[in-house]
Amino acid sequence: MPDQLKTQGLLDIESLPREAIEEILERARFFQPGPGETYKRLEALKGKTVVNLFFEASTRTRVSFEIAERRLGADTISIAAQGSSVSKGESLVDTLNTLVAMRPHAVVMRHAASGAPQFLSRHLTIPIVNAGDGTHEHPTQALLDARTILDHRPSLAGLRVAIIGDIAHSRVARSNVHLLAKFGADIILCGPPALLPPELAQLAPGVKLSWNMRDALAGADVIMMLRVQLERQYESAMSAGEYFRFYGLRPEHIELASPDVIVMHPGPINRGRELSSEVADSQRSVILNQVENGVAVRMAVLERVLG
Amino acid sequence: MKNSILITGGRVIDPASGFDGNADVLIRDGKIEAVGKGLNGDGCELLDGAGSIVAPGFIDMHVHLREPGFEHAETIETGAKSAAAGGFTTICCMPNTVPVNDSATVTSYIVQRAREVAPVNVYPIGAITKGSLGEELAAIGSMREAGIVAISDDGRPVMNARVMRRAMEIARALDITIINHCEDLHLSAGGDMHEGPQSVRLGLRGIPSASEDVMVARDLLLAELTGARYHVAHLSTARSVAMVGFARSRGLNVSCEVTPHHFAITDDELCTYDSNYRMKPPLRRNEDVDAVIEGIVSGVIDAIATDHAPHAGSEKMQEFERCPFGITGLDTAVGLSLSELVHKNRIPVARMIALFTTGPANILKLDRGTLEPGAPGDVTVFDLDTEWTYDVQQSFSKSRNSPFHGRRFRGGPVATVVGGSIKWTRT
Repeated sequence: MPDQLKTQGLLDIESLPREAIEEILERARFFQPGPGETYKRLEALKGKTVVNLFFEASTRTRVSFEIAERRLGADTISIAAQGSSVSKGESLVDTLNTLVAMRPHAVVMRHAASGAPQFLSRHLTIPIVNAGDGTHEHPTQALLDARTILDHRPSLAGLRVAIIGDIAHSRVARSNVHLLAKFGADIILCGPPALLPPELAQLAPGVKLSWNMRDALAGADVIMMLRVQLERQYESAMSAGEYFRFYGLRPEHIELASPDVIVMHPGPINRGRELSSEVADSQRSVILNQVENGVAVRMAVLERVLG
Repeated sequence: MKNSILITGGRVIDPASGFDGNADVLIRDGKIEAVGKGLNGDGCELLDGAGSIVAPGFIDMHVHLREPGFEHAETIETGAKSAAAGGFTTICCMPNTVPVNDSATVTSYIVQRAREVAPVNVYPIGAITKGSLGEELAAIGSMREAGIVAISDDGRPVMNARVMRRAMEIARALDITIINHCEDLHLSAGGDMHEGPQSVRLGLRGIPSASEDVMVARDLLLAELTGARYHVAHLSTARSVAMVGFARSRGLNVSCEVTPHHFAITDDELCTYDSNYRMKPPLRRNEDVDAVIEGIVSGVIDAIATDHAPHAGSEKMQEFERCPFGITGLDTAVGLSLSELVHKNRIPVARMIALFTTGPANILKLDRGTLEPGAPGDVTVFDLDTEWTYDVQQSFSKSRNSPFHGRRFRGGPVATVVGGSIKWTRT
């Protein structure tokens, strides 16, 4: 079987075999810094050029990839769509072909259109690492989330994971559902009806849906809150106040979950919109661990794709 | 003798008369003269029909020729040539050009241009409303005199039920068919593909079946109110089929068409994010495909039409959600119908021919689609069993946006005769 990570890169979690995920998560552990340290510096990607192409604004994901690439010894260039040839009307395929003619070894890409990396991968010969495509997938986020859970729990199997918020438009939720399902977690997706299409239950085995946050949180081992996408607020047919009242995470909710529950959020957080400040800053929150693991996991992915 | 031809030795199937048997077809001066054995073709061109089926000329009542306004994607000439190569002798072109065909001037331009360059008969369909904006009725009577055969705001459905009611009243008075592309634009807004498990999985925005169903329901009620002759374009859902069947059983003068892609493939194809699977209505689920095929079998569906919608490569070579909707279809319609309907034993070949001939001819009241003596000398010759592979690069169309490139077909067009003159033959 051809090595999909080396030929195509990392396009999505859905088609990634469980063994490859285990391998990346295990390797990421090696890249985690100890207390008071920074990330290891290796020469694994010395002489390799990686282009980070961000067609959609991003700070944390872009910086996380850049640090990961540099720590592995790669040469990196980051391009934001604003001010690039894209704003001059060049098509995505032409932009990528132009870049590929400059012989990079891989492209890390974030794009607002679902499927943009899949579309490009049919026209390009170098691997693409998907840094988030529209409302489809965000594979490295799911990997870093899994790494974070595994830093707190021995295994993903049988864990009860509640994902709460705008599931319909969340690439983070989709990638997490695919990953967690491959390892036998019980997943409960929760949000207002307009943001929780019933077909989500068919996304992967072990997925349940609920409109009621209290039901979703009961006995949860992991709570993943999603960012309220303000630009899509009209879809929820709820005011911001109403949303926080029914789907915002507050200290009293934590009581419903398992005693050692962890609270996660892909960031950036909107305090008072999807979770209260008290929860964000509480001992239960592993939000900064997630950020930290972002670099380690992306190092493992890039090494696997390009090493 | 000009426009005279003797087609010999084929199996002639004419659903209009019920004839099915080996015979010759004689066309003189552009008109069918006789169907029978041992006909005298002195002075006529000869076409060997042995091993083929000889049928009345096929009619595609739903194409987009893009001229005037989008000649980079298609012209009347290239679209009509593609039609001839696809086995069609008559095509009806939708009015969403620039300018919109909402006046006798534009209608006359299309009629005139087609006469000059098109190898097949081209009948324009006029807009329902000015600019297809859905507000003020277009000059329907003048367009009727200039040659339109139906009215439709295809692609931009009339959302205002009151406007639609008035349009149906006028259509009835003028004895012209009113066609609607049924899509409630509020329900479908922003959608990329059929709303269901696949859209949720792929992160693409959904177009619910209900967006089609609610407008079919509205229009059928208005057709009952007004008595108009009403036709549903490219219907795609199980409920739409059921509702049209129900309306028909109540004696309403309503009809519907289906495209080959809506009975041949499902939204499972979209997993590659290939924009050649992006069209409206979107590819639906298996249940809908089954219902559509059942509608073809039961007779609720009257016609197969392609909704041939060419788009230049640059428009389709983009991220899925940024591409325009629509695919080409003239080249592959007969091949898909034979492969998916006839060879899978869903319908006999005579029924397939009816869907391409008497079906559309009755809907639009055209004097075509039959081999009766005196009818226009339009004939489609096709075979049932030759295997071939579709190469979109060989198309006469200016555009290449077909999802069927590389697909294997069993059976397809052999020759196209329009007005007694051969316009295309398979090489």
